[in-house]
Amino acid sequence: MPMGRGRTAGRRGEKKTGDKAHGQRRPMFRRRKVCKFCADKIDDINYKDAKLLGPFVPERGKILPRRISGTCAMHQRKLQTAIKRARQIALIPYVTD
Amino acid sequence: MADRQYELVYILPPDTTEQQVTELHQQIEAVVSKMTGQIEKTENWGRRKLAYEIARHKEGFYVLEVINGSGELMKELDRRLRVMDLVLRHMVVRVDEEKKVVDRIRTKRQTESERRRVKRGLPPQRQPGEGRATADADDGDDDHFDGMEA
Repeated sequence: MPMGRGRTAGRRGEKKTGDKAHGQRRPMFRRRKVCKFCADKIDDINYKDAKLLGPFVPERGKILPRRISGTCAMHQRKLQTAIKRARQIALIPYVTD
Repeated sequence: MADRQYELVYILPPDTTEQQVTELHQQIEAVVSKMTGQIEKTENWGRRKLAYEIARHKEGFYVLEVINGSGELMKELDRRLRVMDLVLRHMVVRVDEEKKVVDRIRTKRQTESERRRVKRGLPPQRQPGEGRATADADDGDDDHFDGMEA
């Protein structure tokens, strides 16, 4: 591969060894993101299980977007309703500052 | 028509006495039985920290009731709970349909894995000490997401 092309190629998804064209950017492996619920075979995303929902609600209290968590569409949808229900009964905060 | 299943969660102030809790439970039970429903299960979660303050309270006493009954029943319960001063917060969720879906997925997964195992000439159930550790033991190859990433 000629030098200088590495910047645009393969930024998303699969593992990529960093090459020198990245300049200041540290060469890094990007792990392939996997939907946690598919991988662990969790069928039921329940609003009562605050421990399960916790990692998807970062400090600020917002729902973590799919592009960061890697959750698949179906499970993100279920996660969304579960988080919103959990918020109603004060298991998860609406906002924190 | 077949009964629907609902979950009712309500939060009481942390300083409520046991007696008040049981009293409220009895009241709910009375309404449920009057409108030909039944309480399948009652779970007392006890005192929990609230994620945010509700009426100046930082803690709350959680109770969960699983109720089989009609929509009218839940409407009535909802109305009553809303009026009650003792109840800080309550929520009604219909669960039967989701439950059905989950059960179906689960049994499908089960039979599917059994079918594959039989095909490979193995007993249908997973034997103890076979294969990799189970999924809930946190294994080394963690592709799973658990928290913010850089």
